Amino acid sequence: MIEVRNLTKDYGANRAIENVNFTVPTGQILGFLGPNGAGKTTTMKIITGFMPPTEGQVLVDNMDAIDHSLEVRRKIGYLPENTPLYTDMDIIGYLTFVQRLRGLPKSEHAVRTKRMIELCGLGEMLKKDIGELSKGYRQRVGVAQAMIHDPEILILDEPTVGLDPNQIVEIRDLIKELGRAKTLILCTHILPEVDATCDRVLIINRGKIVADGSPGQLRAAASGHYRLTVEIKGPSDQIRAALVGISGAARVAIADRDGAEPPLAGCARFVVESAPGKDLRETVFGIVRDRQWILLEMHREATRLEDVFRQLTVGADAGSSMGGDS
Amino acid sequence: MNAVLANTWTFTIKELRSFFNSAVAYVILTLFLFITGWFFASNLFLANQADLRDIFGAIVPMILLFFVPAITMRMIAEEKKSGTIELLVTLPVRDVEIVLGKYLAALILLGSALALTFAYPLTISLLGSPDHGALVGGYLGLFLMGAAYLAIGLFTSGLTPNQIVAFITGFVIIFVLFMLDKVIVVFPATIASILEYISVGYHLENLARGVIDSRDVLYYLSLIGLFLFLAVRSLESRKWR
Repeated sequence: MIEVRNLTKDYGANRAIENVNFTVPTGQILGFLGPNGAGKTTTMKIITGFMPPTEGQVLVDNMDAIDHSLEVRRKIGYLPENTPLYTDMDIIGYLTFVQRLRGLPKSEHAVRTKRMIELCGLGEMLKKDIGELSKGYRQRVGVAQAMIHDPEILILDEPTVGLDPNQIVEIRDLIKELGRAKTLILCTHILPEVDATCDRVLIINRGKIVADGSPGQLRAAASGHYRLTVEIKGPSDQIRAALVGISGAARVAIADRDGAEPPLAGCARFVVESAPGKDLRETVFGIVRDRQWILLEMHREATRLEDVFRQLTVGADAGSSMGGDS
Repeated sequence: MNAVLANTWTFTIKELRSFFNSAVAYVILTLFLFITGWFFASNLFLANQADLRDIFGAIVPMILLFFVPAITMRMIAEEKKSGTIELLVTLPVRDVEIVLGKYLAALILLGSALALTFAYPLTISLLGSPDHGALVGGYLGLFLMGAAYLAIGLFTSGLTPNQIVAFITGFVIIFVLFMLDKVIVVFPATIASILEYISVGYHLENLARGVIDSRDVLYYLSLIGLFLFLAVRSLESRKWR
């Protein structure tokens, strides 16, 4: 069990995290979610004993992470951000090195190494130095070194960053497989990862916890919110002004382009997020009819975890992002 | 205590592997032997003396001034730069084990460099009858001096993630200690004797005469102790609030 109490960390005048509190019971898979620079990595560095907090305390199985640093470090397996590894060692050499420093009995080294190689699918890479491995394989080596002593607690900081889609699926499966019997903290800014693997989600923004619950609960809390995507033929700034002017429109933004075709010339595509319980479709249609624009497309969808995340992390400064490209 | 030694040794082995798996160790050893050998051979018959006074007193201390920071510069700086330091210090090991392990590996490299110069005393023993006490004292002095340089270099490597900065700061500290007894003529006598005592060259000279005085040995040991302590502190600096 990990208890994080009133954790605050300052870097000089910068406050990275402020009064963070949460408890992770044994066996839970916790997704620690937040935009880049929100304080995820700082929190992980404090839990793993890399550095102390400015204020507050971390207890791992009721032991203070600073006062009982060595015992706490023995319980934790950690994959730091960006997967730092010794590039001049080979996989077996590196895993053996870690096992020796973890004080595992020499007689078990070969067996543990073999198990990790099988579990992480590293069998074909044994002759290469770690520096010659592709990013995906390095990530697996990082996971293997974190798991080698069969830790009670596993902390993975952005394990899928920089991987291609196939590798992401593989690492995600690996995490699911590993996480079954362990307390696992998974730091990420990628939402499907959390949705796919975690029992519980913590969302952190600007150093503060802004949401806590299962993925389902978070979605439910946001239900009633809808996203309305509209494509309208007409002058884009006037259309935006009209949409922003609708009462009940919480947020108006130019629609994401990824995946969708770019709008036709003279057309504009917007996403309108509605306040809870409001259905804006008729209003939007009314506006389009009155101004004699042409409505090319309109569809409505329920809020996804992405939107919950966006509301919590961007919504805090909605004024500045209102109408911005998101 | 056993676990401390085991961990330290694990780090030593790892560092030695990375020295000898890359070109670093070979380049350093070859250059070291080439330069010392050059000075040894070119003066030997001119001077017509069966001693290694030049080698011990002037050449090797000068070469070590450059070589030692080159050996130590990457030892901690590289770990900071690549982020592997985070892996290391979140393992259940003490910071002092990391520093000692790395230091021991550097000492072994220094020891091998000095050991490989055995051809020089062997040559002069064949050609004449050198003072064996002076040879032993000279080697001991060089090893201690190099060991002190290494501690300084390891300390400066821990200060920064940049190897070049580590090299230059290490070089400057060593250079000051190296130069102190060479500039004392411009100082009044009281200050001069203090500066002389602080300088690394003065104690080496004593030992190279074949007089193994515990004060000289103690001087080097305290220098080593001080800078290793500072190296551990600099590794711990991430924990300062």
